[in-house]
Amino acid sequence: MARRSLSARRARVAWAFLLPTVLTLLAVAAYPLFRTVQLSFFQANLLDYPLRPRWVGLANYAFMLQDAYWWISLKNTVIFAVSSVSLETVLGLGIALLVNARFPLRGLMRTAMLIPWAIPTVVSAQMWRWMYNDVYGVINDLLLRLHLIQKPLAWLADPHLVLPAIIAVDVWKTTPFMALLLLAGLQSIPEELYEAATVDGASPVQQFWFITLPLLIPALLVALIFRTLDALRVFDVIYVMSGVNPSTMSMSVYARQQLVDFGALGYGSALSTGIFLVIALFVVLYLTALRVEVD
Amino acid sequence: MRGGKWLKALLTFGLLAFGGISTAQGVTVTISCGSVGKGYNFCKEGAEAWAKRTGNKVRVLASPKSTTDRLALYQQQLAAGSDEVDVYMIDVIWPGILGEFFVDLNKYVDPKVKAEFFPALIKANTVDGRLVGLPWFTDAGILYYRKDLLEKYGFSDPPKTWDELKMMAEKIQAGERKANPKFWGFVWQGAPYEGLTCDALEWIYSYGGGTIVDEEGNITVNNPRAAAALKMAKSWVNTISPPGVLAYMEEEARGVWQAGNAAFMRNWPYAYALGNSPESPIKGKFDVTVLPKAATPEGRHAATLGGWQLAVNRFSKHKKEAVDLILYLTSYNEQKRRAIYGSYLPTRPALYKDPDVLSAVPFMGRLYDVFVNAVPRPSAQTKKKYNQVSAAFWTAVHSVLEGKASAEMALRQLEMQLKRIKGAGW
Amino acid sequence: MRLWRLLKPVLFYLLVLLVFLYLVFPFYWAVVSSLKSPQELFATPVTYWPTHLRWQNYVDVFTMQPFGRNLLNSTVVAGLTTLIALLFGSFAGYAIGRFRFPGKRPVYYAILAVSMFPQISVLGGMYVLIKSLGLYNTWWALIFSYMIFTLPFTVWVLTSFVREIPIELEEAAYVDGATPMQVLFMVLLPLMAPGLVTAGLLAFIGAWNEFLFALTFTVDDRARTVPVAIAFFSGASQYELPWAQIMAASVIVTVPLIVLVLIFQQRIIAGLTAGAVKG
Repeated sequence: MARRSLSARRARVAWAFLLPTVLTLLAVAAYPLFRTVQLSFFQANLLDYPLRPRWVGLANYAFMLQDAYWWISLKNTVIFAVSSVSLETVLGLGIALLVNARFPLRGLMRTAMLIPWAIPTVVSAQMWRWMYNDVYGVINDLLLRLHLIQKPLAWLADPHLVLPAIIAVDVWKTTPFMALLLLAGLQSIPEELYEAATVDGASPVQQFWFITLPLLIPALLVALIFRTLDALRVFDVIYVMSGVNPSTMSMSVYARQQLVDFGALGYGSALSTGIFLVIALFVVLYLTALRVEVD
Repeated sequence: MRGGKWLKALLTFGLLAFGGISTAQGVTVTISCGSVGKGYNFCKEGAEAWAKRTGNKVRVLASPKSTTDRLALYQQQLAAGSDEVDVYMIDVIWPGILGEFFVDLNKYVDPKVKAEFFPALIKANTVDGRLVGLPWFTDAGILYYRKDLLEKYGFSDPPKTWDELKMMAEKIQAGERKANPKFWGFVWQGAPYEGLTCDALEWIYSYGGGTIVDEEGNITVNNPRAAAALKMAKSWVNTISPPGVLAYMEEEARGVWQAGNAAFMRNWPYAYALGNSPESPIKGKFDVTVLPKAATPEGRHAATLGGWQLAVNRFSKHKKEAVDLILYLTSYNEQKRRAIYGSYLPTRPALYKDPDVLSAVPFMGRLYDVFVNAVPRPSAQTKKKYNQVSAAFWTAVHSVLEGKASAEMALRQLEMQLKRIKGAGW
Repeated sequence: MRLWRLLKPVLFYLLVLLVFLYLVFPFYWAVVSSLKSPQELFATPVTYWPTHLRWQNYVDVFTMQPFGRNLLNSTVVAGLTTLIALLFGSFAGYAIGRFRFPGKRPVYYAILAVSMFPQISVLGGMYVLIKSLGLYNTWWALIFSYMIFTLPFTVWVLTSFVREIPIELEEAAYVDGATPMQVLFMVLLPLMAPGLVTAGLLAFIGAWNEFLFALTFTVDDRARTVPVAIAFFSGASQYELPWAQIMAASVIVTVPLIVLVLIFQQRIIAGLTAGAVKG
């Protein structure tokens, strides 16, 4: 009897704590998200006045399934996301370990770590675009001076080079995010564990594998989920550096073209819902693979 | 008798008082024109001059520099029925897209006044018989050439045909490469965006291949002349144009050209003043002319029409004042001021004969024919579907330039796509 | 074998140097470009240091645009967004990380789901919402709309940090008669310091850098933030990109941000963890 009322009381307390977040998100997100999903069942053009939406049921989704551009953008996005997130994770983890350890230049590294994140996104993509130029770009100039290449490379024009070039920019831009989160995770691991392990004769590699990594999994999971989420929704870096180009366009670039450039509210909303479903799939995969329980 | 005089005095006083109050208050007209910098300042000066002389107030809002951001923002506001902005500055291809949100100026503007503008521009601003904008300043694609290099390699005149251009570019490039390995013959806009539609339209039109969609709305782009034009452009990539040209927009091309690394450039007139700025490496060494045409009998000189217009928001609460403002801003004297001090190309033919204008900006006079005969993109015909048409077009052209598809195949597929986009009708 | 032992630190430091350059070089390039004249920006051969320093670009940034006001707007918006997100986020993190109650899982995932839609798709609906609430062109339009991406992230980060804290400390506090609120503020938050600082930092910079909502929900400099102000910079014509000023604006914005963040990160983590973990 007492047990039940205690858990009931605890449930009430929990919901009280949750209320500010839930209410805020309901207020902010409910209408826009509802509208997006609702519109996906209609055909409507933003440029019509008044808006004349026409019910079409699942027609937009059916079209999406046989739309070559949708599948191309999905493929581009997945390649981009997988490459970018893996590179960032490795690099971010390396930097986090470096800054966390007693390493002589860690102050310098800690500053460097933040710089890409601190430069406004609106500027950094443009800046890289300009650095990648084949005639006056500084990257080609450096590579030529170091004799790593013979002729300047057309980074953004060559279909084989453009996606790697964009991935390099994205990794640059978002490694700080990974590094910061993983650093916070590392800082939460008590020193005593490592001290005990060293006393027991464990090597640094063993300590990393059996102490650091397992205890880092919660932070790693959050970092991976949100980075993948962002990578799958990528828009800015691809749009600024290569426009709307089938060889690089991501799902969001395609959705935006439909929604904004073409005014296709219905189809654009269906594409957005499609993006949501793809991301949801990835999240489910992460949660199952890393076997984290919410309870 | 005395009572009558008093009454008259009272009435007059009353009328004056009330009349005075209403004109002293005026309305606030909000105009969105230009991004921060020269464009914004010029607009502000003009608008405030109008405000002073009519007793109204103006609120001048800046807009994003990128035209795609601007269009997206305007669409957002207009689709939501916002009356925040009374006057919008719109691109030459937007009347078809945003037409339904703007007031039909035929109701407010005298046909005589309409006739004072370039007919092609008025046509570009007319959608389904409704005049949705007044042309404010115009723009057209032109050819920039290094006259010092032409002279050095023994050419007396700029090229008239594309073959001549290619030959000259090859010779100059080969010669200049000995000292400067970064030199290229010809730079233009080849990135997959609206700018490529402008360049490619010039190539195709200059071969006599039409304008993608003709004035009646028929899809004409799939023809052998258009294919020949695209093949020619493909032959430039990595021979006289850098391979990176497939990712160049206006500023990248200007970046290569202005540093002295190109013999020819296709760009808008804005690069003229910049090229002649004090520290420019090419100051005084270049000139402009009309773009070349094909050497065939159907060939003709082409220049894609650009420029900006002023439109009145249909949700505006001050339509009359807004129309008055745009009539002022597009008037002869205001456009003259903008031409002389800002190098904005006027939209009134009369100004191209005005001696003050011609002495301030000489090349405007020389390029008069170019501006009069500029080719508009098919936005008036394709209306709300223009963006889809343009995107399909530039994607097809880009795939030809990349070598992914042959010109014939790409144009055939493009035609099918355009038919689908057209559907029952534009 | 011995050679490898000698080479290892050299290779290691070389790798560290490469990573450092990769992260920092673009910023160096931005600083150098901000001091060049517009002509020198495109010059070949590329100059790695300006031929003469042009401070005029920095002056131009403030005279062209009320950049000071934009900086204020960005600071207020990002600051308030971060505070609210941390406050609400730690409450929610505590609830989900510690309590057992029906509906916990669906709520947790629903909070995540909110941030899985592409930003462009929620823009239209948000615009209508903001206008109808009368928040258009104010700080609150941005603070309110930024919740859609800062809250889910903050909740998830703080939840994972709450879970890592051993339960004994809390149970001791409850036995001593503390209320849940007291437990949260006095016991948990100090222990979660790294998580709080990190989540706060990421939320701050995320809000600072945000462009699309800031562009759409503001119409003049009353509430316009820095990224939008930079996107409005234009040169002598619609096509010209005033590179030098844009680079100067970025440097103006980045340097204080890094300095501030470094001070905070070191001080706060040191201050909060000093007492907590040992005691």
